[in-house]
Amino acid sequence: MDYFAQQAINAVQLGSIYALIALGYSMVYGVLVMINFAHGDVFMVSSFFCFLLLLVAPVPFAVALVVVMLATAILGVCIERLAYRPLRNAPRVSAIITALGCGLVIQNTTLSLSPYSQRMPELLKPVVWKFGGVSVSSLQVLIVGISVALMLGLDFFIRKTRYGMAMRAISMDRITVPLMGIPTNAIISMTFALGGALGGAAGVLYGMAYPVIGASMGVLVGWKAFVAAVIGGIGNVRGAVLGGYLLGAVEVFTVTVLPSTYRDLVSYSLLLIILIFKPYGLLGRPAVQKV
Amino acid sequence: MLRLDRPPSRGLLLALLAAVLASCFAIEQFGLVDDYIRFILITLGINVILCVSLNLVNGWMGEFSVGHAGFMALGAYLSACVSVKWLGGANPLWMFPLAVISGGLAAGVVGFLLGLLSFKTRGDYLAIITLAFLMIVKSGIENISYVGGPRGFLGIGNETSLPWTAAWTILTLWAIRNLVYSRFGRAIVAVREDEIAATAMGVDTRKAKLVAFVVSSFFGGVAGALFAHQLQFINPGSFDIVKSTEILVMVYLGGIGSIAGSVLGATVFTVLTQVLQPLGTWRMVIMPLLLVMLMLFRPRGIMGLREWSWFVPRREFEEKEKSS
Amino acid sequence: MRQKLPYLLALALLLGPAGCSKESKPSVKIGMNLELTGDIPAVGASSKNAAEMFFNKLNADGGVSLASGPMPAELIIGDNGAKADQAAATAQRLISQEKVVAMVGPNSSACAIPAGEIAESLKCVMISPWSTNPKTTMDTTAGVPKRYVFRACFTDLFQAKVLAKFTLNNLKAKKAAVLYDVSSEAPLAQATLFKDTFTAEGGEIVAFETFTTGDKDFSAQLTKIGAAQPDVIFLPTYYNDVPLIAQQARRLGITAQFVGSDAWSSPEIIKLGGADLEGSYFCNHFSTQIATDEAKKFVSDYTAKYGQAPDDVAALTYDACGLLVEALEKGGKNEREAVREAFAQIREYKGVTGTFKFEPGSGDPIKSAVVLQIKDGQFVWVTNAQP
Repeated sequence: MDYFAQQAINAVQLGSIYALIALGYSMVYGVLVMINFAHGDVFMVSSFFCFLLLLVAPVPFAVALVVVMLATAILGVCIERLAYRPLRNAPRVSAIITALGCGLVIQNTTLSLSPYSQRMPELLKPVVWKFGGVSVSSLQVLIVGISVALMLGLDFFIRKTRYGMAMRAISMDRITVPLMGIPTNAIISMTFALGGALGGAAGVLYGMAYPVIGASMGVLVGWKAFVAAVIGGIGNVRGAVLGGYLLGAVEVFTVTVLPSTYRDLVSYSLLLIILIFKPYGLLGRPAVQKV
Repeated sequence: MLRLDRPPSRGLLLALLAAVLASCFAIEQFGLVDDYIRFILITLGINVILCVSLNLVNGWMGEFSVGHAGFMALGAYLSACVSVKWLGGANPLWMFPLAVISGGLAAGVVGFLLGLLSFKTRGDYLAIITLAFLMIVKSGIENISYVGGPRGFLGIGNETSLPWTAAWTILTLWAIRNLVYSRFGRAIVAVREDEIAATAMGVDTRKAKLVAFVVSSFFGGVAGALFAHQLQFINPGSFDIVKSTEILVMVYLGGIGSIAGSVLGATVFTVLTQVLQPLGTWRMVIMPLLLVMLMLFRPRGIMGLREWSWFVPRREFEEKEKSS
Repeated sequence: MRQKLPYLLALALLLGPAGCSKESKPSVKIGMNLELTGDIPAVGASSKNAAEMFFNKLNADGGVSLASGPMPAELIIGDNGAKADQAAATAQRLISQEKVVAMVGPNSSACAIPAGEIAESLKCVMISPWSTNPKTTMDTTAGVPKRYVFRACFTDLFQAKVLAKFTLNNLKAKKAAVLYDVSSEAPLAQATLFKDTFTAEGGEIVAFETFTTGDKDFSAQLTKIGAAQPDVIFLPTYYNDVPLIAQQARRLGITAQFVGSDAWSSPEIIKLGGADLEGSYFCNHFSTQIATDEAKKFVSDYTAKYGQAPDDVAALTYDACGLLVEALEKGGKNEREAVREAFAQIREYKGVTGTFKFEPGSGDPIKSAVVLQIKDGQFVWVTNAQP
């Protein structure tokens, strides 16, 4: 029972990080119907932003988090302006290839500038509490707490504010919305900013949980988070959260019974099975195709 | 007699192909080129096969498959099993083509299954299914210790020679060219342009999808088999999303829905990869950057949807000439 | 014109590289197949530094003394990105395009094994400074040692014995757990051999867990290990993975001692691992603290030139280069077969990392090992182990 509880805590921590990144994918897909393949690498770069920031000025955790979130948001908007906006009306595939290209550029620039893995300086000294046979670290509580807070904040933003309503409107009908006087470009930029900010938070938290950061992190973690977004129903914010925690649980519990080489096999087989029975993901809406 | 803007006569074409094959034999036999140039030429041939076969699904059928490296993996591993473990020691003259064909067939069977899956899903969701398929293949191979698991398959014979590569490349181009200009080819394009209208007009879109996936995956497997016997060592890490991305880059670089485009894309990519070697890791910054800029200015690739006249069947070309 | 542009572009790109050719003076070309990028770049960097230092000195002294006269040595460096398939491709390129007379590296076994296959089939001498997996020099299908592949270090067969004995006798630990990377050759061999030797000598393996290259989260495996309550956790894995494992283990409340293999040997491990690795032990090829006079000179030269003390990879590469030059000079010719024959004749060699003894027909030297401890952020020598 203790063992199970311990693993459950690990799963929740991992799931929180996946969920934060998955939200970035889902939001962008919702408004632009485009898979932002560069998002994983944006997440990776945010860890490096944090590392560089701490190298220059050892600021406390809260300050670092806010600064990195801001920096990553700006990065997200820049990519959108430079690479995606010109392709708004081009064949969708070109936009996807451009996204892949951007991701590769970011990843390899980071690799060229920092060929060695770096150690993230310690932001907080974790306290380990023991409940019976289960160890809980204050870091884990912090990660889960901040993730949940951000997710709730995003949900509130999307459901209760005008900007959120605009985002939802654009995801339903991109052509008519500008006719209603809504500044589509601004809202889309805002979406990328929000996605970037969440990715930035994930980068900082991930860097705290697994302090050795390298340029290829984005590929490994980013694709997983993408899978999580799809499992939940891409375009659906709550689906991204659900997918993130589901994937985290699957990954952690697979390794408890099978050797870790099976982990990807199980995760992706699960994805395939879910897509066969629910082609639009667990919470996704079928896309209506007008003839 | 030899014009670049008209398809050549059949006699001329056959003569040219024979000349190409003969020169490949000569090069191989007498060592006329550097070992390294030979290596690059073989890599080029393999890339052309990969590019053209993926173009069938991504270009002509308009889907977004990211799983092509998975078919390559299946072809590589099965052909390696045939040539090393099951028929090891047999005369390579008949064993090697058998190995390559079995690699292609293995990939083709799985491609058939993927084609079945494509009936229910399209667009981004099919893309994700192909991604899942790729990861499952890679992960699956990592767990099969019979083929070396994650540490790889050693000791594959160096069977991929220049004549074999040339032969398979020519065969692939010929097969796909004929498919594309046949009634299946038109059905495949119909699926891309407007699937519902096509079904309404009585086109068997399901068959078209299956044919596209099977042919595409068969040749992907063939390329994988040639790759395995060139490098003499394969591991699952060679067939991951990075490899699939490279093939995608070749397709979109050269131009979707164009055989000449695929050949061009594969050539430019192979050459750039070698020429930019001295840049080290910055090479992988320059190349995607070039790709992004290309997408911004020519979203369909260099030759997007246009075809070089030599690849167009004579009859079709003449009909088009008459009508215009 | 616009229509023709793509064709012209393709043509130019095709003919361009063929057009430019390099002027080259005759030199002894030595290829290096190194992990300069990827997971363990510190290993490749060390190797490169040591080799460059060795050959700069050699060339300053006149170069390689062949029968036809002294000839300068030229290093041609290739990057294998610590990936097996890239290592094979780099080996092909160095041997076929650059036409090197011999190849030094790769260092990691995952890369050295496939590169060794290529070297053997293309009949080019290869010497790996750091790869300890027995398979590197072994032709696994025929069951006999390879003819063209050698190494400058001891093998895991010896290393596992050293570590198992050390754990049982010096650390007085009876229960050990193992966590290793199952998708990489070196950790797999080291883990399996350690398990066999440890149990044979009377110890008990209480947990034998695996992970895959690239994994960051080991909480599932470590929770299982913690429940088995080992005295020692054996982590035969590279310097970029160990810090994460150690940190997560400590956070889960596991207090067992960590023991590692030579895969730990880069000073980067201290930078990345910090306090979690304090007090841990590992096996190594070389220690700056018990150096012979010749080794001391090597250490001071290296430190003066590169600003940090050499690690075992650097020392082994230095010796590998030394062995290669000895083979070249004994063979007298700048030809692969001559080098191979001469190398196979070497019985004893005194290098920076100690005395090498080669048995006839084997590419694996018999050498002694050292055990080091990470103490106060430094590598501290603990004891020697003789074969």
